[in-house]
Amino acid sequence: MSSAVLTAAPARAERARRRRRRDRRGHLVVHVILSVGALLMIAPFLLEMLISVETFAEATAVPMTFIPHVWRWSNYSDVFSAMPFKQMMVNTVLMTLARTAGQLVFCSLAGYAFARLRFRGQNVVFGLFLSVLMVPSQLFLIPQYEIIHDLNLLNSLPGLFLPGIFSAFGTFLMRQFFLQLPREVQEAAYIDGAGPFQTYWRVLLPLARPGLIALAILVIIWSWNDLLWPLVVNTDPSSMPVSAGLATLQGQYLTNYPVLMAGSLMASLPLIIIFILFQRHFIEGIAFSATKG
Amino acid sequence: MAVLAEKVRSAERPGKSRRRRSARKRLEARWGWLLIAPSVIGLGVFSIWPIFRTLYYSFTLWGAFGGHTWNGLTNYRTLFSDSEVLHALRNTLIFALLSMLSVPIGIVVSALLNRPGLRGLGVYRTFYFIPVITLPAAVALMWKFVYNGDYGPVNQFLKLFGVHGPHWTSDPSTALYAVAIVAIWSSVGYNMVLFLAGMQTIPRHLYEAAEIDGAGKIRQFFTITLPMLSPTIFFVTVIGVINALQAFDLIYVMIGKNNPALNDSETIVYLFYDKAFVQSNGGYAAAIAFLLLGIIIVFTGCQFWLQKKWVHYE
Repeated sequence: MSSAVLTAAPARAERARRRRRRDRRGHLVVHVILSVGALLMIAPFLLEMLISVETFAEATAVPMTFIPHVWRWSNYSDVFSAMPFKQMMVNTVLMTLARTAGQLVFCSLAGYAFARLRFRGQNVVFGLFLSVLMVPSQLFLIPQYEIIHDLNLLNSLPGLFLPGIFSAFGTFLMRQFFLQLPREVQEAAYIDGAGPFQTYWRVLLPLARPGLIALAILVIIWSWNDLLWPLVVNTDPSSMPVSAGLATLQGQYLTNYPVLMAGSLMASLPLIIIFILFQRHFIEGIAFSATKG
Repeated sequence: MAVLAEKVRSAERPGKSRRRRSARKRLEARWGWLLIAPSVIGLGVFSIWPIFRTLYYSFTLWGAFGGHTWNGLTNYRTLFSDSEVLHALRNTLIFALLSMLSVPIGIVVSALLNRPGLRGLGVYRTFYFIPVITLPAAVALMWKFVYNGDYGPVNQFLKLFGVHGPHWTSDPSTALYAVAIVAIWSSVGYNMVLFLAGMQTIPRHLYEAAEIDGAGKIRQFFTITLPMLSPTIFFVTVIGVINALQAFDLIYVMIGKNNPALNDSETIVYLFYDKAFVQSNGGYAAAIAFLLLGIIIVFTGCQFWLQKKWVHYE
């Protein structure tokens, strides 16, 4: 019995050591595969950066120019003269802010009501919202365009953001979040004499912060990158967000790749920077929307 | 008299609290409707009413100078004999199928990242996720250059091996595939995040038990990770297919009008946009939108039906 333990111990240690060594070798292989993948993910961006500081001749040279003769930073300022780029960026930012603010307010209000209040007809209305969730957004597009047209809001900022400040998905997401919060908190607030709105505003909303952050992140990503709706309502370049601006004006500057690349980089950089700064929130928000939404 | 007063008093107490409770209920009901009112009005005007409006339009013929007339099922009948629609349908299905390759890739990447003790998870995750949040219009322009037939890096690379590559995005035989690759590239990161979240909920002791039984990493992946992850895989596939069936941005920017490959790469939504907002043929476009809804319902329905066969719920 005791001799068996004595012989087993070194054997076990040996096995553990071997496994550790195998793990380390395995890690190396994994690192190689993951690095190749990561390189594939960012290689187009590196190329984009390179092209954005080259001359047109260098960008289209065969073989490729890996080191530009002079770094042509003027490509970046050329973007602003080639298209109303500054105005487009402002439009994108304002559109995104308005949609995010709108959805945070309206979706959290409705989400709270669906999750925490009881009133006649709520199931019918919630069912209607869910059915909106199932329908592809193209089905709304023609009438939405007509409404914006009739309100005389084509080529305007409100036209860009108005339909996007309401969301069935956001309402559903917030409802799921409010459902998770402990019921006792709400009952305690009731006993203290708080009304339904005070309970929402003073008690539950502060607790729902992670949910609000998740919703905000999803709306920001969607709005910043949205293309179809802006193309439909704002056809005048100075009223376009930058997504539509790049997409429609590329035709005119089709061959001027360095300037286009500089513009593309500037247009996508803000979101990439926000992502890197708030990475944890992005990852959690997206995972949350998938598991709860 | 006293007895009566007693009776009244005793009847009063529960009545009062019932009244208070019903006051509470009425208050809740009033607030409930008030709080959902903005969303009800907003979604009613911008989503629910438009569905019915679009449905009505799908039965109408739009004149060249505005106005529309009822023409029954003609739009729907035309759909199935319109070679442009059939092409778009075929393109959309191929595109959706191909872009689903980002699911297995995402699973492999997250399985590799999920190794206990692996360093640099955060850095890898950042790199893989950046394409997800990059402006699709910018992504499309960037890749258009990569694919350029004359001086794009892809063809320059192929040239090293003596291969003369095509003009990827304007050659009808390659355009759709070129765009699908970009779609895969930009969605791997999204899938990875969801799969990683799913994998982290798999209890560690399952792996430890397998380790003791002598199962290798590959074996563990197939017998533990995949079955335990199947609900996440199901969700990612359903959402991914729905999104891919609505592909528009990449096609619009990378292919665009006047492209000789347009007919072999345009998707349903691109065709919808073109009919509705370029050709002002809203009636036909509405019918196309309902065709899309039908396809989405069929695909999602099939997936829900098939899930019983492979999704493993605890």
